[in-house]
Amino acid sequence: MQSVVHVCLAGLSSGMFIWLVASGLTLIFGVLGVLNFAHGSFYMLGAYFCFTVLRHLGTNFWLGLVLGPLFVCAAGFVLERFFLRRVYHLALPYQLLLTFAFVLIFDNLVKIVWGAGSLSPPGLDILGGSVPIVGRKFPVYNLFIIAVGPLVAIGLWGFLERTWWGRIIRAASSDREMASALGVRVPVLFTSVFVFGCWLGAIGGGLAVPYVGLLTSGMGDTIIIEAFIVAVIGGLGSLKGAFTGALIIGVLSAFGTRYFPTFDMFLIFILMAAVLLWRPQGLFGEAR
Amino acid sequence: MRNKFLSAAVVLAFLAVLAAVPHVFGRFTVYLAIRVMLLGIFALGYNLLLGQTGLLSFGHGAFYAAGAYGLGFFWFHLSPHPLLGIVVGILAAAALALLIGFFCVRHTEIYFAMLTLAFGMMVFSLIWNAREITGGDDGLVGIMRDPITFFGLGKIPIGKDAQYYYLVLVFFALSVWVVHRIRISPFGLVLAGIRENARRTEFAGVPIRNYRLAVFVISGAFAGLAGSLEAMLESNARPFMAHWSHSADPVLVSLLGGLHTLAGPLVGSLLFVAMREIVQRFTENWMLWFGIVLLVIILGFRGGVVGVMQDLFRRFGAAREG
Repeated sequence: MQSVVHVCLAGLSSGMFIWLVASGLTLIFGVLGVLNFAHGSFYMLGAYFCFTVLRHLGTNFWLGLVLGPLFVCAAGFVLERFFLRRVYHLALPYQLLLTFAFVLIFDNLVKIVWGAGSLSPPGLDILGGSVPIVGRKFPVYNLFIIAVGPLVAIGLWGFLERTWWGRIIRAASSDREMASALGVRVPVLFTSVFVFGCWLGAIGGGLAVPYVGLLTSGMGDTIIIEAFIVAVIGGLGSLKGAFTGALIIGVLSAFGTRYFPTFDMFLIFILMAAVLLWRPQGLFGEAR
Repeated sequence: MRNKFLSAAVVLAFLAVLAAVPHVFGRFTVYLAIRVMLLGIFALGYNLLLGQTGLLSFGHGAFYAAGAYGLGFFWFHLSPHPLLGIVVGILAAAALALLIGFFCVRHTEIYFAMLTLAFGMMVFSLIWNAREITGGDDGLVGIMRDPITFFGLGKIPIGKDAQYYYLVLVFFALSVWVVHRIRISPFGLVLAGIRENARRTEFAGVPIRNYRLAVFVISGAFAGLAGSLEAMLESNARPFMAHWSHSADPVLVSLLGGLHTLAGPLVGSLLFVAMREIVQRFTENWMLWFGIVLLVIILGFRGGVVGVMQDLFRRFGAAREG
């Protein structure tokens, strides 16, 4: 019982990172219609930039978390404004491959700038320590992460459903041409949404710095594949689906790692195959 | 009629040149030529899916690995016969492609790319984690190239790279021929129809899901052939054969050469291996260059090298006539 609760909590906290990446991925897909392979790289870049800010400006983690993702937003801006925009009129595989080219470029640039080995961030004493839960200690920081995920979800929901900006984003996502005809500057909107999605992923990466303990140039690849699985399970383009899917994947893989270490990924893939057979459009996806 | 003789002569001349390679060049060039042909087989089969049918898969490394591990397991546990091992490798890859394809062909485009990537990485993580069976990150090491025997009626040694070269050449030539036949067959034309307009093809009464699955399995089988041949070349099967970064190779090769011709993936393989050899001599940052080349192709040269050449010839021809 005790270990089951703790495995669940660990799964929830790792699921929140997947959610932060999957939310940006979903938002970008919903509005731009582009699946951004490089989204995991933005998560990774978020972590590395946060780390660099911490190293140069002292160990105030919150400052790193604010400044680090700004650099990632700049990278996202360049990607959308100068590259992705040129291929919107092409067949889908080319858009996918363009973002894939950036996965290779970003992964390699990280190796050049920060070195090929893994980095261990300086000891951060934010929200350190642990609290006892059902008789065993659980890190406070992980509890904080479990709280951040739903806060981001509520914030996103409020932003999309209750603000002027959100209305425009929803309009452009349901009918791009009509929105354009009504005076929405679609290219500007696309760039803004892309950069905002990158920011979400980068925040995820920044928050992961104290959590993972080791930064590697492959950390984006793992999470983007998990985010893809989440998108398949939850339904691509649905934020509700992304949130639910991320929690399911997080908890399931925590159970897998704890009880069947050899086949930890296998459980997730069985679930994915089952969802594909039962509801091909995903749990919250719209039927086509 | 004349055209037919001409193309037959060109093919024979090509084969003669390829057959002469081990007599003219040194060991390293022969090794690189084998690698070009292996990548060529992989990319030719893959391009039936991407170029012919318009489906972008990021998981074909899994089938490559299935071929390599299939041959490896067969070699270690049953028989060291190379040809039987290759057949087992191809069958293993085709069976895996049937299983994974069953789920993936239900979707197209974005979903298809995500699913193939995810299933490919599932195979990678299984190979990586099941240490007792697959050797984990070490892979299966020590696969030897035994002579090909014909039921005691004589044997052909393939131990040296220069000897093994000819076995690879035979499979390479066969692959080119088979892929050519598929491309011009009614089956291949239906695939092109699915690429151009899936809905219209479906309304013409074609069960497109079955066609997609069939081409998925065929391309997986070619990946398995290339994988089993590589396992014998390098005398091992490695988990990274199934990794997504390896699945990306045939994508770049096809784009580099050109998606819509038979020659595209072959030219692409030659360029890819040559490029990698040159880049790796100067820098460790192969991935960065890989990415930049991919960007340049997508933004400027979507016909690939073969497409650019065709354009040049066409312009040259038009200038001469006009």
